[in-house]
Amino acid sequence: MPAPGPPIGMLAELTYRCPLQCPYCSNPIDLLKANRELDTGTWLEIFAQAADLGILQVHLSGGEPTLRRDLEDIVAALSKRAVYTNLITAGVNLDGQRIGALAAAGLDHVQISFQGASAEVTELIGKYKNGFEKKLQTARLVREARLPLTVNAPIHRHNIHQVADFIDLALQLDADRLEIANVQYYGWAYLNRAALLPALADVERQVEIVEAARENLKGILNIDFVTPDYYADYPKPCMGGWAQDAFVVIPDGTMLPCHAAQTITSLEFDNLVDKPLAEIWQSSSAFEKYRGFDWMHEPCRSCPRKELDHGGCRCQAFAVTGDAAATDPACILSPHHDALRQVAEAAVAEKSTEFSYRRI
Amino acid sequence: MRKRLMVTPDTVPRLPTHVRLQFDELRGKWVVLAPEKVLWPDEISVDILKRCDGKDPARDIVNGLAQEYAADRSEIEADVIEFIQDWSDKRLLTCEV
Repeated sequence: MPAPGPPIGMLAELTYRCPLQCPYCSNPIDLLKANRELDTGTWLEIFAQAADLGILQVHLSGGEPTLRRDLEDIVAALSKRAVYTNLITAGVNLDGQRIGALAAAGLDHVQISFQGASAEVTELIGKYKNGFEKKLQTARLVREARLPLTVNAPIHRHNIHQVADFIDLALQLDADRLEIANVQYYGWAYLNRAALLPALADVERQVEIVEAARENLKGILNIDFVTPDYYADYPKPCMGGWAQDAFVVIPDGTMLPCHAAQTITSLEFDNLVDKPLAEIWQSSSAFEKYRGFDWMHEPCRSCPRKELDHGGCRCQAFAVTGDAAATDPACILSPHHDALRQVAEAAVAEKSTEFSYRRI
Repeated sequence: MRKRLMVTPDTVPRLPTHVRLQFDELRGKWVVLAPEKVLWPDEISVDILKRCDGKDPARDIVNGLAQEYAADRSEIEADVIEFIQDWSDKRLLTCEV
Protein backbone atom coordinates (compact mmCIF):
# COMPACT_ATOMS: atom_id res chain seq x y z
CA MET A 1 0.00 0.00 0.00
CA PRO A 2 1.41 3.48 -0.85
CA ALA A 3 2.27 5.81 2.04
CA PRO A 4 -0.75 7.95 3.03
CA GLY A 5 -0.76 11.63 2.07
CA PRO A 6 -0.74 14.35 4.71
CA PRO A 7 -4.01 14.78 6.66
CA ILE A 8 -6.01 18.01 6.30
CA GLY A 9 -8.24 18.12 9.38
CA MET A 10 -7.95 17.29 13.06
CA LEU A 11 -10.67 16.99 15.67
CA ALA A 12 -9.22 17.73 19.10
CA GLU A 13 -11.47 16.59 21.94
CA LEU A 14 -9.79 18.61 24.67
CA THR A 15 -11.97 17.35 27.52
CA TYR A 16 -14.92 15.04 28.13
CA ARG A 17 -16.30 17.38 30.80
CA CYS A 18 -19.56 18.95 29.62
CA PRO A 19 -22.44 20.86 31.24
CA LEU A 20 -24.91 19.13 28.87
CA GLN A 21 -26.16 15.53 28.96
CA CYS A 22 -27.37 14.92 25.39
CA PRO A 23 -28.44 11.30 24.91
CA TYR A 24 -26.72 11.14 21.47
CA CYS A 25 -23.36 12.45 22.69
CA SER A 26 -20.49 11.33 20.44
CA ASN A 27 -18.18 10.77 23.42
CA PRO A 28 -17.66 7.15 24.50
CA ILE A 29 -20.24 5.50 26.78
CA ASP A 30 -17.48 4.51 29.15
CA LEU A 31 -16.33 8.07 29.85
CA LEU A 32 -14.41 7.21 32.99
CA LYS A 33 -11.87 5.15 31.06
CA ALA A 34 -10.32 8.17 29.36
CA ASN A 35 -11.14 11.13 31.59
CA ARG A 36 -7.48 11.88 32.29
CA GLU A 37 -6.65 15.13 30.47
CA LEU A 38 -3.39 16.16 28.86
CA ASP A 39 -1.69 19.30 30.17
CA THR A 40 -1.25 22.43 28.07
CA GLY A 41 2.34 21.69 27.10
CA THR A 42 1.49 18.24 25.76
CA TRP A 43 -1.40 19.59 23.68
CA LEU A 44 0.82 22.36 22.25
CA GLU A 45 3.43 19.74 21.29
CA ILE A 46 0.73 17.60 19.61
CA PHE A 47 -0.59 20.61 17.66
CA ALA A 48 2.96 21.51 16.56
CA GLN A 49 3.43 17.97 15.25
CA ALA A 50 0.04 18.13 13.53
CA ALA A 51 0.95 21.40 11.78
CA ASP A 52 4.29 19.88 10.72
CA LEU A 53 2.45 16.92 9.21
CA GLY A 54 0.22 19.24 7.14
CA ILE A 55 -2.95 19.79 9.16
CA LEU A 56 -4.79 22.89 7.87
CA GLN A 57 -7.87 22.95 10.10
CA VAL A 58 -8.34 22.06 13.76
CA HIS A 59 -11.78 21.60 15.26
CA LEU A 60 -11.58 22.28 19.00
CA SER A 61 -14.23 20.19 20.64
CA GLY A 62 -15.02 18.03 23.68
CA GLY A 63 -17.03 17.62 25.87
CA GLU A 64 -17.09 21.35 26.24
CA PRO A 65 -13.70 22.73 25.10
CA THR A 66 -14.20 26.13 26.76
CA LEU A 67 -13.93 24.42 30.16
CA ARG A 68 -10.19 24.29 29.40
CA ARG A 69 -8.72 27.55 30.68
CA ASP A 70 -5.81 27.15 28.23
CA LEU A 71 -8.05 27.34 25.14
CA GLU A 72 -6.74 30.82 24.27
CA ASP A 73 -3.14 29.54 24.36
CA ILE A 74 -4.05 26.64 22.09
CA VAL A 75 -5.85 28.92 19.59
CA ALA A 76 -2.92 31.36 19.59
CA ALA A 77 -0.38 28.59 18.93
CA LEU A 78 -2.42 27.19 16.03
CA SER A 79 -3.07 30.63 14.60
CA LYS A 80 0.67 31.30 14.60
CA ARG A 81 1.09 28.25 12.35
CA ALA A 82 -1.67 29.53 10.00
CA VAL A 83 -3.91 26.63 11.02
CA TYR A 84 -7.63 27.43 10.74
CA THR A 85 -9.33 27.09 14.12
CA ASN A 86 -12.96 26.13 14.64
CA LEU A 87 -14.49 26.17 18.13
CA ILE A 88 -17.29 23.64 18.65
CA THR A 89 -19.20 24.68 21.77
CA ALA A 90 -22.48 24.18 23.59
CA GLY A 91 -22.42 27.94 24.21
CA VAL A 92 -23.74 27.95 27.77
CA ASN A 93 -20.66 29.08 29.71
CA LEU A 94 -19.11 31.85 27.60
CA ASP A 95 -19.21 35.57 28.29
CA GLY A 96 -18.26 38.44 26.03
CA GLN A 97 -14.84 38.80 27.59
CA ARG A 98 -13.88 35.19 26.91
CA ILE A 99 -15.17 35.35 23.34
CA GLY A 100 -13.17 38.55 22.84
CA ALA A 101 -10.04 36.86 24.17
CA LEU A 102 -10.51 33.90 21.83
CA ALA A 103 -11.07 36.22 18.87
CA ALA A 104 -7.93 38.15 19.80
CA ALA A 105 -6.00 34.88 19.97
CA GLY A 106 -6.91 34.31 16.33
CA LEU A 107 -9.99 32.08 16.46
CA ASP A 108 -11.45 31.74 12.95
CA HIS A 109 -14.94 30.32 13.44
CA VAL A 110 -17.47 29.31 16.11
CA GLN A 111 -20.03 26.53 15.95
CA ILE A 112 -22.78 26.49 18.58
CA SER A 113 -24.98 23.44 19.07
CA PHE A 114 -28.72 23.93 19.49
CA GLN A 115 -30.50 20.86 20.86
CA GLY A 116 -33.83 22.39 19.92
CA ALA A 117 -35.22 25.50 18.25
CA SER A 118 -37.19 26.17 21.45
CA ALA A 119 -36.35 26.36 25.16
CA GLU A 120 -38.46 23.30 25.91
CA VAL A 121 -36.77 20.88 23.49
CA THR A 122 -33.30 22.30 24.24
CA GLU A 123 -33.79 21.52 27.94
CA LEU A 124 -35.37 18.11 27.31
CA ILE A 125 -32.26 16.99 25.39
CA GLY A 126 -29.40 18.87 27.04
CA LYS A 127 -30.77 18.82 30.61
CA TYR A 128 -29.36 22.29 31.21
CA LYS A 129 -31.54 24.92 32.78
CA ASN A 130 -32.06 28.07 30.66
CA GLY A 131 -29.72 26.55 28.07
CA PHE A 132 -31.63 27.98 25.12
CA GLU A 133 -31.46 31.59 26.37
CA LYS A 134 -27.76 31.20 27.09
CA LYS A 135 -27.08 29.83 23.63
CA LEU A 136 -28.94 32.73 22.01
CA GLN A 137 -26.91 35.16 24.08
CA THR A 138 -23.61 33.44 23.20
CA ALA A 139 -24.50 33.46 19.50
CA ARG A 140 -25.13 37.22 19.67
CA LEU A 141 -21.82 37.80 21.45
CA VAL A 142 -20.00 35.74 18.83
CA ARG A 143 -21.41 37.92 16.04
CA GLU A 144 -20.66 41.09 18.03
CA ALA A 145 -17.03 39.92 18.15
CA ARG A 146 -17.27 39.70 14.33
CA LEU A 147 -16.66 35.96 14.35
CA PRO A 148 -18.53 33.83 11.79
CA LEU A 149 -21.15 31.53 13.27
CA THR A 150 -22.47 28.08 12.45
CA VAL A 151 -25.64 26.83 14.11
CA ASN A 152 -25.42 23.06 14.56
CA ALA A 153 -28.73 21.25 14.95
CA PRO A 154 -28.55 17.50 15.65
CA ILE A 155 -31.88 16.12 14.38
CA HIS A 156 -33.96 13.25 15.81
CA ARG A 157 -37.60 12.39 16.56
CA HIS A 158 -37.99 15.12 19.20
CA ASN A 159 -36.94 18.08 17.05
CA ILE A 160 -37.39 16.96 13.43
CA HIS A 161 -40.62 19.01 13.36
CA GLN A 162 -38.49 22.11 14.16
CA VAL A 163 -36.34 22.09 11.02
CA ALA A 164 -38.04 25.21 9.60
CA ASP A 165 -37.63 26.90 13.01
CA PHE A 166 -33.90 26.08 13.01
CA ILE A 167 -33.60 27.82 9.64
CA ASP A 168 -35.37 30.92 11.00
CA LEU A 169 -33.19 30.80 14.11
CA ALA A 170 -29.97 30.67 12.06
CA LEU A 171 -31.14 33.69 10.03
CA GLN A 172 -32.14 35.64 13.15
CA LEU A 173 -28.73 34.97 14.69
CA ASP A 174 -26.95 36.13 11.51
CA ALA A 175 -25.28 32.73 11.14
CA ASP A 176 -23.16 31.99 8.11
CA ARG A 177 -23.98 28.29 8.14
CA LEU A 178 -26.59 25.91 9.49
CA GLU A 179 -25.95 22.22 9.93
CA ILE A 180 -29.09 20.10 9.86
CA ALA A 181 -27.32 17.01 11.09
CA ASN A 182 -29.40 13.89 11.54
CA VAL A 183 -28.04 11.99 14.52
CA GLN A 184 -25.64 9.18 13.66
CA TYR A 185 -26.29 6.08 15.68
CA TYR A 186 -23.27 4.77 17.49
CA GLY A 187 -22.18 5.07 21.13
CA TRP A 188 -24.76 6.96 23.22
CA ALA A 189 -27.05 7.45 20.23
CA TYR A 190 -27.01 3.72 19.47
CA LEU A 191 -27.96 3.05 23.09
CA ASN A 192 -30.86 5.52 22.71
CA ARG A 193 -31.96 4.50 19.22
CA ALA A 194 -35.50 3.55 20.30
CA ALA A 195 -36.12 7.01 21.77
CA LEU A 196 -34.42 9.01 19.00
CA LEU A 197 -35.08 7.51 15.55
CA PRO A 198 -37.52 9.63 13.51
CA ALA A 199 -40.40 8.42 11.34
CA LEU A 200 -39.98 8.12 7.58
CA ALA A 201 -42.76 10.63 6.84
CA ASP A 202 -41.01 13.23 9.03
CA VAL A 203 -37.68 12.53 7.34
CA GLU A 204 -39.25 13.06 3.91
CA ARG A 205 -40.85 16.33 4.99
CA GLN A 206 -37.51 17.45 6.41
CA VAL A 207 -35.76 16.78 3.08
CA GLU A 208 -38.36 18.90 1.25
CA ILE A 209 -37.96 21.79 3.70
CA VAL A 210 -34.15 21.71 3.51
CA GLU A 211 -34.06 21.49 -0.29
CA ALA A 212 -36.49 24.40 -0.70
CA ALA A 213 -34.59 26.53 1.85
CA ARG A 214 -31.26 25.85 0.17
CA GLU A 215 -32.65 27.17 -3.11
CA ASN A 216 -34.42 30.18 -1.54
CA LEU A 217 -31.49 31.12 0.69
CA LYS A 218 -28.71 30.79 -1.88
CA GLY A 219 -26.04 33.34 -1.02
CA ILE A 220 -27.82 34.13 2.29
CA LEU A 221 -27.33 31.02 4.43
CA ASN A 222 -25.30 27.87 3.77
CA ILE A 223 -27.22 24.79 4.86
CA ASP A 224 -25.29 21.55 5.27
CA PHE A 225 -27.47 18.49 5.48
CA VAL A 226 -26.30 15.28 7.13
CA THR A 227 -28.80 12.70 5.89
CA PRO A 228 -30.36 10.05 8.15
CA ASP A 229 -28.57 6.73 7.58
CA TYR A 230 -31.45 4.54 8.66
CA TYR A 231 -33.55 5.77 5.72
CA ALA A 232 -30.75 6.10 3.19
CA ASP A 233 -30.13 4.08 0.03
CA TYR A 234 -26.37 4.57 0.05
CA PRO A 235 -23.90 5.25 2.86
CA LYS A 236 -22.08 8.50 3.51
CA PRO A 237 -18.40 8.83 2.59
CA CYS A 238 -17.58 8.74 6.29
CA MET A 239 -14.48 10.85 7.15
CA GLY A 240 -13.73 10.92 3.39
CA GLY A 241 -12.42 7.39 3.90
CA TRP A 242 -10.79 5.81 6.95
CA ALA A 243 -7.49 7.55 7.78
CA GLN A 244 -7.48 9.49 4.49
CA ASP A 245 -7.86 13.19 5.36
CA ALA A 246 -8.44 13.52 9.07
CA PHE A 247 -7.95 12.13 12.56
CA VAL A 248 -9.12 12.65 16.13
CA VAL A 249 -7.25 13.09 19.41
CA ILE A 250 -9.21 12.43 22.62
CA PRO A 251 -8.58 14.01 26.06
CA ASP A 252 -5.99 11.47 27.21
CA GLY A 253 -3.93 11.76 24.00
CA THR A 254 -5.19 8.64 22.24
CA MET A 255 -5.24 9.18 18.47
CA LEU A 256 -8.19 7.78 16.49
CA PRO A 257 -9.16 7.58 12.79
CA CYS A 258 -12.65 8.88 13.69
CA HIS A 259 -14.33 9.99 16.90
CA ALA A 260 -16.34 6.78 17.28
CA ALA A 261 -13.51 4.39 16.35
CA GLN A 262 -13.23 3.07 19.90
CA THR A 263 -16.65 1.47 19.52
CA ILE A 264 -14.86 -1.05 17.25
CA THR A 265 -13.63 -3.18 20.11
CA SER A 266 -11.27 -5.27 17.98
CA LEU A 267 -8.97 -2.31 17.32
CA GLU A 268 -6.06 -1.05 19.45
CA PHE A 269 -5.09 2.60 19.45
CA ASP A 270 -1.83 4.39 20.13
CA ASN A 271 -1.35 7.37 22.44
CA LEU A 272 0.55 10.53 21.48
CA VAL A 273 2.25 10.55 24.86
CA ASP A 274 4.13 7.42 23.71
CA LYS A 275 4.52 7.83 19.95
CA PRO A 276 5.03 10.64 17.42
CA LEU A 277 1.93 11.79 15.54
CA ALA A 278 3.42 11.15 12.07
CA GLU A 279 4.25 7.56 12.98
CA ILE A 280 0.71 6.83 14.22
CA TRP A 281 -0.80 8.47 11.14
CA GLN A 282 1.42 6.59 8.73
CA SER A 283 1.76 3.14 10.19
CA SER A 284 -0.29 2.36 13.31
CA SER A 285 -2.39 -0.81 13.02
CA ALA A 286 -5.73 0.95 13.64
CA PHE A 287 -5.09 3.54 10.92
CA GLU A 288 -3.83 0.95 8.42
CA LYS A 289 -6.69 -1.48 9.08
CA TYR A 290 -9.37 0.11 6.84
CA ARG A 291 -7.27 2.53 4.79
CA GLY A 292 -7.71 2.33 1.02
CA PHE A 293 -9.69 -0.54 -0.55
CA ASP A 294 -7.76 -3.76 0.13
CA TRP A 295 -9.71 -4.63 3.30
CA MET A 296 -13.07 -4.64 1.52
CA HIS A 297 -15.26 -7.69 0.97
CA GLU A 298 -18.07 -8.00 -1.55
CA PRO A 299 -20.31 -6.23 -2.41
CA CYS A 300 -17.96 -3.25 -1.81
CA ARG A 301 -14.82 -4.72 -3.39
CA SER A 302 -16.12 -4.74 -6.98
CA CYS A 303 -18.55 -1.83 -6.53
CA PRO A 304 -17.92 1.33 -8.61
CA ARG A 305 -19.30 3.42 -5.73
CA LYS A 306 -16.41 2.47 -3.48
CA GLU A 307 -14.43 5.46 -4.76
CA LEU A 308 -17.34 7.70 -3.69
CA ASP A 309 -18.31 6.32 -0.29
CA HIS A 310 -15.35 4.10 0.76
CA GLY A 311 -17.85 1.48 1.90
CA GLY A 312 -19.45 3.94 4.35
CA CYS A 313 -18.97 4.02 8.10
CA ARG A 314 -16.87 1.29 9.77
CA CYS A 315 -18.36 2.03 13.20
CA GLN A 316 -21.93 1.63 11.94
CA ALA A 317 -20.96 -1.60 10.15
CA PHE A 318 -19.54 -2.94 13.43
CA ALA A 319 -22.45 -1.72 15.58
CA VAL A 320 -25.09 -3.34 13.40
CA THR A 321 -23.35 -6.42 11.94
CA GLY A 322 -20.54 -7.14 14.41
CA ASP A 323 -18.02 -6.96 11.53
CA ALA A 324 -16.28 -3.62 10.98
CA ALA A 325 -15.19 -4.71 7.47
CA ALA A 326 -18.78 -5.32 6.36
CA THR A 327 -20.62 -2.98 3.99
CA ASP A 328 -22.24 -0.13 5.92
CA PRO A 329 -25.86 -1.34 6.38
CA ALA A 330 -27.06 2.10 5.22
CA CYS A 331 -26.29 0.73 1.73
CA ILE A 332 -29.09 -1.05 -0.17
CA LEU A 333 -26.50 -3.63 -1.26
CA SER A 334 -25.88 -4.69 2.36
CA PRO A 335 -27.71 -7.85 3.48
CA HIS A 336 -28.45 -5.97 6.73
CA HIS A 337 -30.08 -2.99 5.02
CA ASP A 338 -33.70 -4.10 5.52
CA ALA A 339 -33.02 -4.88 9.19
CA LEU A 340 -31.85 -1.31 9.70
CA ARG A 341 -35.10 0.06 8.32
CA GLN A 342 -37.05 -2.36 10.52
CA VAL A 343 -35.22 -1.13 13.63
CA ALA A 344 -36.26 2.42 12.76
CA GLU A 345 -39.89 1.43 12.15
CA ALA A 346 -40.07 -0.56 15.38
CA ALA A 347 -38.56 2.35 17.33
CA VAL A 348 -41.10 4.78 15.92
CA ALA A 349 -43.99 2.41 16.71
CA GLU A 350 -42.76 1.95 20.29
CA LYS A 351 -42.80 5.73 20.95
CA SER A 352 -40.28 5.40 23.78
CA THR A 353 -39.13 8.64 25.40
CA GLU A 354 -36.87 7.08 27.97
CA PHE A 355 -33.36 8.39 27.45
CA SER A 356 -30.14 7.19 28.98
CA TYR A 357 -28.63 10.64 29.43
CA ARG A 358 -24.89 11.06 28.97
CA ARG A 359 -23.20 10.99 32.34
CA ILE A 360 -19.70 10.36 33.56
CA MET B 1 -32.47 40.17 6.57
CA ARG B 2 -29.54 39.65 4.25
CA LYS B 3 -30.23 39.46 0.53
CA ARG B 4 -28.56 37.40 -2.17
CA LEU B 5 -26.12 39.58 -4.03
CA MET B 6 -26.35 39.65 -7.82
CA VAL B 7 -22.87 40.30 -9.17
CA THR B 8 -22.39 42.96 -11.85
CA PRO B 9 -19.24 44.57 -13.32
CA ASP B 10 -19.57 47.25 -10.59
CA THR B 11 -19.47 44.74 -7.72
CA VAL B 12 -16.38 45.00 -5.52
CA PRO B 13 -15.62 41.50 -4.19
CA ARG B 14 -13.34 40.54 -1.33
CA LEU B 15 -12.58 37.49 0.78
CA PRO B 16 -14.24 37.82 4.20
CA THR B 17 -11.77 37.71 7.10
CA HIS B 18 -12.82 34.16 7.97
CA VAL B 19 -12.08 32.87 4.46
CA ARG B 20 -8.34 32.60 3.95
CA LEU B 21 -6.38 32.14 0.74
CA GLN B 22 -2.92 30.92 1.65
CA PHE B 23 -0.04 29.08 0.04
CA ASP B 24 0.51 25.63 1.51
CA GLU B 25 4.28 25.13 1.47
CA LEU B 26 4.07 21.42 2.29
CA ARG B 27 1.85 20.58 -0.68
CA GLY B 28 3.17 23.36 -2.93
CA LYS B 29 -0.25 24.75 -3.81
CA TRP B 30 -2.80 27.42 -2.90
CA VAL B 31 -5.57 26.53 -0.52
CA VAL B 32 -8.75 28.29 0.65
CA LEU B 33 -9.67 27.72 4.30
CA ALA B 34 -13.28 28.43 5.28
CA PRO B 35 -15.71 27.21 7.95
CA GLU B 36 -15.74 23.39 7.69
CA LYS B 37 -14.26 23.68 4.20
CA VAL B 38 -10.85 23.23 2.58
CA LEU B 39 -10.73 24.05 -1.15
CA TRP B 40 -7.93 23.70 -3.69
CA PRO B 41 -8.56 26.38 -6.35
CA ASP B 42 -6.93 25.98 -9.77
CA GLU B 43 -4.45 28.53 -11.14
CA ILE B 44 -7.02 30.82 -12.76
CA SER B 45 -9.27 30.74 -9.68
CA VAL B 46 -6.28 31.75 -7.53
CA ASP B 47 -5.58 34.62 -9.92
CA ILE B 48 -9.16 35.84 -9.60
CA LEU B 49 -9.24 35.43 -5.81
CA LYS B 50 -5.99 37.36 -5.35
CA ARG B 51 -7.61 40.28 -7.18
CA CYS B 52 -10.70 40.20 -4.94
CA ASP B 53 -9.18 42.76 -2.58
CA GLY B 54 -12.23 44.86 -1.71
CA LYS B 55 -10.90 47.76 -3.83
CA ASP B 56 -11.31 46.81 -7.46
CA PRO B 57 -14.71 46.27 -9.09
CA ALA B 58 -15.24 43.10 -11.13
CA ARG B 59 -14.76 45.20 -14.28
CA ASP B 60 -11.15 46.00 -13.33
CA ILE B 61 -10.52 42.40 -12.29
CA VAL B 62 -11.58 41.31 -15.78
CA ASN B 63 -9.28 43.94 -17.35
CA GLY B 64 -6.32 42.77 -15.29
CA LEU B 65 -6.89 39.12 -16.14
CA ALA B 66 -7.37 39.90 -19.86
CA GLN B 67 -4.02 41.64 -19.82
CA GLU B 68 -2.25 38.88 -17.91
CA TYR B 69 -3.58 36.07 -20.10
CA ALA B 70 -3.49 38.12 -23.33
CA ALA B 71 -7.17 37.35 -23.77
CA ASP B 72 -10.06 39.37 -25.15
CA ARG B 73 -11.94 40.82 -22.15
CA SER B 74 -15.30 40.09 -23.77
CA GLU B 75 -14.35 36.42 -23.87
CA ILE B 76 -13.59 36.14 -20.17
CA GLU B 77 -15.97 38.65 -18.57
CA ALA B 78 -18.96 36.32 -18.30
CA ASP B 79 -16.81 33.55 -16.78
CA VAL B 80 -15.28 35.86 -14.17
CA ILE B 81 -18.67 37.31 -13.17
CA GLU B 82 -20.06 33.77 -12.94
CA PHE B 83 -17.13 32.72 -10.73
CA ILE B 84 -17.66 35.65 -8.36
CA GLN B 85 -21.41 34.97 -8.27
CA ASP B 86 -20.81 31.30 -7.49
CA TRP B 87 -18.33 32.05 -4.70
CA SER B 88 -20.61 34.77 -3.33
CA ASP B 89 -23.53 32.29 -3.32
CA LYS B 90 -21.39 29.93 -1.28
CA ARG B 91 -20.58 32.84 1.07
CA LEU B 92 -16.88 32.55 0.26
CA LEU B 93 -16.72 36.05 -1.24
CA THR B 94 -18.43 39.10 0.12
CA CYS B 95 -19.25 42.00 -2.13
CA GLU B 96 -19.94 45.68 -2.02
CA VAL B 97 -21.75 47.34 -4.92
